[in-house]
Amino acid sequence: MTDAAATVNGSEVDQSRRRFLTVATSATAAVGAVFTISPFVASWEPSERARAMGAPVTVDLSKLEVGQMVTYVWRRQPIYIFRRAEQAVQDLAAHDGRLKDPKSLDSEQPPYAKNERRSRRDDIAVLIAVCTHLGCLPKQHFQTGDPVLGTDWPGGFLCPCHGSRFDMAGRVFNGSPASTNLRVPPYSFPAENTLVIGQDEDTAQGAA
Amino acid sequence: MASVDAPTQGGFRGWLNKRLPVDSFIRSQLLDYYAPKNFNVWYFFGSLALLVLVMQLFTGIFLAMFYKVGDTTAFDSVEYIMREVDYGWLIRYLHSTGASAFFLVVYLHMYRAFLYGSYKTPRELLWLFGMFIYLALMAEAFMGYVLPWGNMSYWAAQVIINLFSTIPVVGPGLVEWIRGDYGVADATIDRFFALHVVAIPLVLLLLVALHLVALRQTGSNNPDGIEIKEHPGPDGKPIDGIPFHPYYTVKDVFGIGVFLTLFAIVAFFVPTFGNLFMEEANFEPANPLSTPEPIAPSWYFTPYYAILRAVPNQRLGALLLLLAVLAYFFVPWLDRSPVKSVRYRGWLFRGFLALFTVSFLALMWLGMRPATGGYVTAARVFACGYFAFFVLMPWYSRRDRVKPVPNRVSFHA
Repeated sequence: MTDAAATVNGSEVDQSRRRFLTVATSATAAVGAVFTISPFVASWEPSERARAMGAPVTVDLSKLEVGQMVTYVWRRQPIYIFRRAEQAVQDLAAHDGRLKDPKSLDSEQPPYAKNERRSRRDDIAVLIAVCTHLGCLPKQHFQTGDPVLGTDWPGGFLCPCHGSRFDMAGRVFNGSPASTNLRVPPYSFPAENTLVIGQDEDTAQGAA
Repeated sequence: MASVDAPTQGGFRGWLNKRLPVDSFIRSQLLDYYAPKNFNVWYFFGSLALLVLVMQLFTGIFLAMFYKVGDTTAFDSVEYIMREVDYGWLIRYLHSTGASAFFLVVYLHMYRAFLYGSYKTPRELLWLFGMFIYLALMAEAFMGYVLPWGNMSYWAAQVIINLFSTIPVVGPGLVEWIRGDYGVADATIDRFFALHVVAIPLVLLLLVALHLVALRQTGSNNPDGIEIKEHPGPDGKPIDGIPFHPYYTVKDVFGIGVFLTLFAIVAFFVPTFGNLFMEEANFEPANPLSTPEPIAPSWYFTPYYAILRAVPNQRLGALLLLLAVLAYFFVPWLDRSPVKSVRYRGWLFRGFLALFTVSFLALMWLGMRPATGGYVTAARVFACGYFAFFVLMPWYSRRDRVKPVPNRVSFHA
């Protein structure tokens, strides 16, 4: 077996040639197996229908009062839309020291929301209401000094699952299991009181 | 004993044995298979796990006849099973109680291995197959839990699938691939159904077969951790062994009787087991806009869940959860003790085993409590205890002052 010059029926067997053929056949079969498995793997991607259902959502902001929040669903994710008071936006800078990522450097958001208020416009905040820890729905705790969250609570969100806390701009507080701020979806304001979630300058020409 | 499948054998049995090795299989696997004579109560759980597997397959097949997969139909079809299918409630409760029973007997079965060193040489592979069964069982239980599409189902799927998002680079794309949508959706439940009823049960059956073949190869360990094969009698059979049939088949039948009695009491009278086996929030349909409070996985996952929540960093938490499960795989190589059974180990090992036991149970309890203040601190302490058992094992198992192991098993008739 190990003998390179083994004989079969009196004639010599070229073992190295045999080994080469075995390896070459196996390698070809392995490549073929990868190609064969790929459609099955691809079938798990979001289907055409799921992608089509991910179309932009239009929201009328005219009835949204200061301090009020509405929830819409875009791409099966709940989206929080709320109007912040001018004072609340100014107060955001006051607790930068207690945040993990105050400048949103490691967080996910479109370029126009990569700022301290994490929004296009000062007043309107648009956040994906999926906790960046493990995906629960953070609950609204807008009242400052909330009895549950302590007297120094500046208002924001608390995730009921694992206790992550976020401020009024969706920025995560130190001591939370989540390590990044709440994500911001792409959005735009075609008119003063109209918000379109899932569409901005980048996506306008593209797929959406 | 005359060979029962000799060519001279006549009649139907002879005809059959010429074509299928029935008699020789029974002989080699049951009559001539010698198991140690000193098995105790810890040795019931392997056969019970096999029984529960068969029960789950049976009740599961019937549930699949009435269940309608899909995000708009699943919840209603489960209610239909519960209210309108004759004895549908019973079939479902047998299946849901069976899931918890499965984990209970598997945990006791695994604990037996810790007590008596059953994972040690030459049974490493046997242990690994068992661990793969445990992993497959976790996947099976999780996906089965999602199928009723109650609110806890939905959010369990959301949280567990999101664990994969912590993987660097590929995480977010991987999560979308698993769900088949931008959130947990119809596509998700459909594929979970296929995996739960076809793919994973097949994998489980294959692994169980490998587990049993490996067991037959090495033979069972026993409470004394002595290799009975090393002490054969004049007939070549181990002196401390007895034929599996009839001695252990009868013992296992007795165990099954006790188990089924307890099982029936739970299935009939307390199927939800005080929110532990079935959670209240899951009697409401899935609602993507409302996370149930409190959110907790089934009791058999809570130790790992408590570890996950104890870590204030998401990636590290997910990593520790993974390590907590994978740690079991390495135990045969972490344990450097010259003896197997806890009976002949010293106080060092016993102390660490006690620490592990307390930590596991405490984490199980903490995983059901809210993730606040003292609970999180306690979870951190016990998570350290849990990992200390594994990480320090190479040290304390070697340092331990073991007692001399006798040649023969101790047996009190």
